[in-house]
Amino acid sequence: MANVTSNTESQRLNFWERIYLPEIAKGLGLTLRQMFRPKFTRQYPEERWIPEGSYRGRPVLVQEEDGERCVACGLCSRVCPALAIEVRAGETERDKERFPEKFEINMLRCIYCGFCEEVCPEEAIVMSKDYELVFGSQEEGILGKDKLLVPVAQLQERLEFLRQWR
Amino acid sequence: MTFSTQLIIALVQAGILVNLMLVAAAYMVLAERKIAAWIQNRVGPNRVGPWGLFQSFADVFKLYLKEDVVPAAADYRFHALAPVISIAVAITVYALIPFSPAVTIDGTTYSLTMAPNMDIGVLAVLAMTSVGVYGVALAGWSSNNKYSLMGGLRSSAQMISYELSMGLAIIAVVLCAGSLNLVDMIKNQNTGAWYVMYQPVGFILFFVTALAETNRAPFDLPEAEPELVGGYHTEYSGMKFGLLYLAEYANMLASSAIMAALYLGGWDAIPFVDDAAVLGQFITDPTTLSIALALLGHVVFLSKAFLLVFVFIWVRWSLPRFRYDQLMNLGWKILLPIALVNVIITGLVIHFTK
Repeated sequence: MANVTSNTESQRLNFWERIYLPEIAKGLGLTLRQMFRPKFTRQYPEERWIPEGSYRGRPVLVQEEDGERCVACGLCSRVCPALAIEVRAGETERDKERFPEKFEINMLRCIYCGFCEEVCPEEAIVMSKDYELVFGSQEEGILGKDKLLVPVAQLQERLEFLRQWR
Repeated sequence: MTFSTQLIIALVQAGILVNLMLVAAAYMVLAERKIAAWIQNRVGPNRVGPWGLFQSFADVFKLYLKEDVVPAAADYRFHALAPVISIAVAITVYALIPFSPAVTIDGTTYSLTMAPNMDIGVLAVLAMTSVGVYGVALAGWSSNNKYSLMGGLRSSAQMISYELSMGLAIIAVVLCAGSLNLVDMIKNQNTGAWYVMYQPVGFILFFVTALAETNRAPFDLPEAEPELVGGYHTEYSGMKFGLLYLAEYANMLASSAIMAALYLGGWDAIPFVDDAAVLGQFITDPTTLSIALALLGHVVFLSKAFLLVFVFIWVRWSLPRFRYDQLMNLGWKILLPIALVNVIITGLVIHFTK
């Protein structure tokens, strides 16, 4: 800085640009025009954004009429790069013999990569549109089956997206 | 009028003026945030009250509730004194600004200005605004923080450089008016042209130097946040910070008001037309006429001043900050010669036309 005696950029300017004021007036005109353009702001709590089917929000378990689709194979837990999923399998007398006794996703670890959904052979775990994830404590951030199970009707859009594009 | 009645009137006037100006400064902060938002295609504060109108009160209330932290190594007394100097000086200027013509009720003339008909009006305004730099420099120095000190030093250097051009710009107006008294200067513009028509170069000079004097962008080097954290108010918190912040806006309104008085005809609504004569055709009672003129004067003067404040804010959100060497080059190599030439030409024209 100290040794710079000439500003080569300013030597390339023409006379009107060098006396500043017309250019400043142009700049002011630009900002004045911006003032009357439509605003980009979304008034969040009142106006909510509804994502497309491709959105990867909170991972959830698909619930059908007779219970969850999950067969507790543990692939999601195995593939999870953040080690956020814990599955413990149990057995029943129904057609599908296995079900998850315990299924926990630690939302403090989840990175929303969608690998669990991709690896699942039963389409039992999918990414939902839920992006409002607020927890009062660290314990609340660990979601059990009661919070993870979502009726299949609410997840149709995501399931269709998966069938079309995967 | 006896001395005591005069004193009481002056105190009441002072109370009203100080409170109005602080509220105006608080609302200018809201205006700044709103206009900044519009320029950036946003909405701006709109949660507190209708259209965000109570945001200023929320801001000030928050500042009152904040802890007042003083750095351990700072000089406590000077640290506390600096914001007081800033705000006191900023408010004192308002005492000198004639917002409207004097009111005559039943033959007695009441001036609505705190210091009416001061013969050295413009000079006193210049003196007061240059005392304002003490507040900033002291705030920077007493914080015992090198960034604050840099901010304070830059502010002093900047004010000294730009005050010259500002003074010379004012001298040209004074030559036109033949008086230093602000009331006389406005009265001269009442019937004839506004001085901005005689002094367009002087007006632009004054506007640019006023931006520099009030530390507004693009000359806000004393608080350049990328380089100096917060500049001179880095170490201030709570209402002390609030006072420094309000002083900045009060200064802005003061220089806008002075610009309105010197160049835009003060309380004169239409150039080349005598408002008093026009209104006099409709209102014959002299008392009613003078009250109506005073009301009109206030509205016109304040709308001019706030229009200029809008331009200040508009400029801030349009232009990038100057570099320090560019600032000095502009002040000394460009503005000062232009101001000198402006004074000489004005003097020669006045000498040969009168």
